[in-house]
Amino acid sequence: MYEYTEKIREIATRLLQDKMVDGVIGFRKGTIPMVNNPVLIKHSEQVSQLYWDSWCGVNLANYLPKFQGKVAVVAKGCDSRSIVVLMMENQISRDQLYIIGVPCKGMLDRRKIWDAVGDRGRDVTDVQERDGVLVVAGRGFSLELERDKYLQDNCAICTHRNPVLYDELVGEMVPEQQVDRYEDIRAIESLPSEKRWEYFQRLVESCIRCYACRNACPFCYCPQCFVDESKPQWVGKTIDPTDTMTFHLLRAFHLAGRCTDCGSCERACPMGIKVRMFTKKLEKDVKELYGYEAGVQLGERPPLDTYRPDDPQEFIK
Amino acid sequence: MSWLRLTKEGLTEWLRKFEKTYRLYGPVWTGSYHEFKLLQDPEEIDWDYRNTRLSPKSLFLPPAEKMFIYSLDPNDPERAILKEASKDFDPRIIVGIRPCDAYALKLVDKNFITPQYQDPWWLNRRENTIFVGYGCTEPCSTCFCSSVGSGPFDTKGLDVLVVNVDGGFAISFVSERGKELLRKEPLGARALSESEERSLQDKMAEARAAMPKLWDEKAVANRPLLDIFNAPFWEEVQFSCINCGTCTFLCPTCWCFDIQDEVWKERGCRVRLWDSCMFPLFTLHASGHNPRSQKLQRVRQRFMHKLKYYVDKYGDGVACVGCGRCVQFCPVNIDIREVMRLMVSHCQCAL
Repeated sequence: MYEYTEKIREIATRLLQDKMVDGVIGFRKGTIPMVNNPVLIKHSEQVSQLYWDSWCGVNLANYLPKFQGKVAVVAKGCDSRSIVVLMMENQISRDQLYIIGVPCKGMLDRRKIWDAVGDRGRDVTDVQERDGVLVVAGRGFSLELERDKYLQDNCAICTHRNPVLYDELVGEMVPEQQVDRYEDIRAIESLPSEKRWEYFQRLVESCIRCYACRNACPFCYCPQCFVDESKPQWVGKTIDPTDTMTFHLLRAFHLAGRCTDCGSCERACPMGIKVRMFTKKLEKDVKELYGYEAGVQLGERPPLDTYRPDDPQEFIK
Repeated sequence: MSWLRLTKEGLTEWLRKFEKTYRLYGPVWTGSYHEFKLLQDPEEIDWDYRNTRLSPKSLFLPPAEKMFIYSLDPNDPERAILKEASKDFDPRIIVGIRPCDAYALKLVDKNFITPQYQDPWWLNRRENTIFVGYGCTEPCSTCFCSSVGSGPFDTKGLDVLVVNVDGGFAISFVSERGKELLRKEPLGARALSESEERSLQDKMAEARAAMPKLWDEKAVANRPLLDIFNAPFWEEVQFSCINCGTCTFLCPTCWCFDIQDEVWKERGCRVRLWDSCMFPLFTLHASGHNPRSQKLQRVRQRFMHKLKYYVDKYGDGVACVGCGRCVQFCPVNIDIREVMRLMVSHCQCAL
C-alpha cells in the first residue's frame, strides 16, 4: 500500500493548486512505529507530509462534522461509510467534500504485534512491510511476520474494503472478503443471561473512563454527551462497575444502526478493551431485523430513524 | 552513591521481611500490560517489566475516591454533615517504581502540599510510602527523562534504588528512610567489586546516553508567556486531537480532579474523580460560559501547563518526567516530544 502515498500526494497537490479544496485531511508518518498522525494539509508545498501505510487505522471522518469550507479527505472503505452516515445526519454535505478513496487491505493492530513479539511489552522500534511480510525490530531482536495475521479485528472481517463513495481512487479496487462477521457474537448470544452479563462486566473492568472510545468515533459529535450532562445526571462518573457499564451500554446503543465497525473505538482504547463487542451485537441485530448496513446506501434512511407498519416487533415483550 | 550486590532471591527474601509491617506494591503483569498491585508475595514482581500502562499516581490520587459521606434523612440529627469516609493510610513500600514516576510524585507535591494548603490524603499517603525504585538500564524508545530534569537512575523521589546487573541486582540506600529500612532488616549483600562498580557505571552511562536531549528549558522559561501562548504552531498541533483523556489519565504528573456528589435516596457521598483539561466540561462555568470551549485552547493548556506555566510558577523545571506514556498511547499520535521541539524552536527565534 506504499504506492498509495505517491498517489495521495499527487491528488492533494492538484486539488490544492487548483483551489478545489481549502485543505486535505490525510495522514503523516507517525513519530513512533505502528501509528500515524492525522493531518490537515492546507498548502501544496506541505503535501510531501502526506503518507500511507498499514497503520492508518484512525477514521478520518471523525474530523468532518462541523467542518467549515471545502475539504478533501482520504477515506478507506469504513471511513467512506462513516462519511455517508455523517451526510445523512447532516453533519457534512456532499458538495463540501472531495473523497480520495483508498481501496484497503486492512489496517494492522499493534497490540497483536506486541503479543507476537512477546516478552511482556518489549519495545518495538521499527516495523517495515514488504510483499505481505512485516519485519518487526527492536533492541536485540528482529522477526518476520505474515502481515495478514495481524489485522485489526474489524479489518479481518471487513466486507467493505473499497470506498462506497468517492471522487477519485488511489488504486485499483481490491477484492471484497466473504466472511462470517458474527461468529464471536453468536458465541456470546448462546450463553445464559448471567454469563453474558459476566462477560461484559469483565470486558470493561479495566476502563478508566477516559472516553477515548467515544471521542475516536466519528458519530460521537453531540455538542454535549450524556455523560457530561448534570441536569439530570444520567450516569455516575466513577469507575464503579455500574457507572462504567452504564456508560458503555449507552454509548453502544447510541450507535445502533449507525456504527460501520471502523474499529476506531477499540484501537483508541489505552487499556485494550474490546469495546466493539457491544456495537457489533447491535450491528448484527440491525442487520437481521431490518436487513440494513450502515453507510452503504446513500439516501436510504436508517431503520431507527423510520417507522414501517411491518417493522419486526417480536423483541418487544 | 555506595552500592551493594545481591541476588534476585536475596532481594525477594529481604522484601518479604517487611510483609508484616508494610503493604508491598509492585509491577505485576495483568495479561496485557503491567500494573502496580498489592503483592501477596514480592516474588510476583516482574523485574523484566519496562513500565506500567497506568502511572502509579492512582496509589496516591485514586481515579475515584470517596471523600465524605453524609445523610439527607430529615430525621437524622446529623443530617447534611459531611463525615470523612474511611481511608487506608497503612504504611507501604512501592517496589520497582521507575525513577521518573517517583520523581513525578515530587512534582505533584508542589500542588497538593503548599505552605497554605495541604491535601491531607495526598500528604498522608506520601508520608506513609517508601519507594524502592528500579533503575532503567534499557530505557524505552519513547523515554526522555534525561531531558526534563529526571533520569533513568534519578534518586530524587526514591528511598532505595535497585539496578539490574548480570546475575542479580545492585542496590543503593539513598535516603534516610531507605537507610532506616536497612537498619531494621539487614541485607545479605556484599559490596560491589571494583570491576562490578565500573561495569555498573558504564551501564548507567549508556542508558543515560541512549535518550535524546530535546528540551531547552532556558529558552522557553525566558520567553514571555503570551508570546508562546499566541504562537501559530498550536493550530497544527491541535488538529488531530480527539480530546479524550488518555494522555492526562496515563500521565504521572496530571493531578487535576473533579468533585461530585452522588446521592441515593437519603444517603450521599462526595467523590473526587480524575478530571482532564481535554474535556470541555473541565472549564464550563455555571453561567454557561466556557473559557476553553475550543479544542485548540484545551490542547494548548495541557502543554503550556506542563512546559511553561508550571515552570514560571514554581521555578523548578517542567511538569513532565519523560515517561513516554502519552507518546505511546495517544490514539492519534500527538507526541509531546514534537510539541517540545516546536516550542523550543519558536523560543530560540528572535522575538
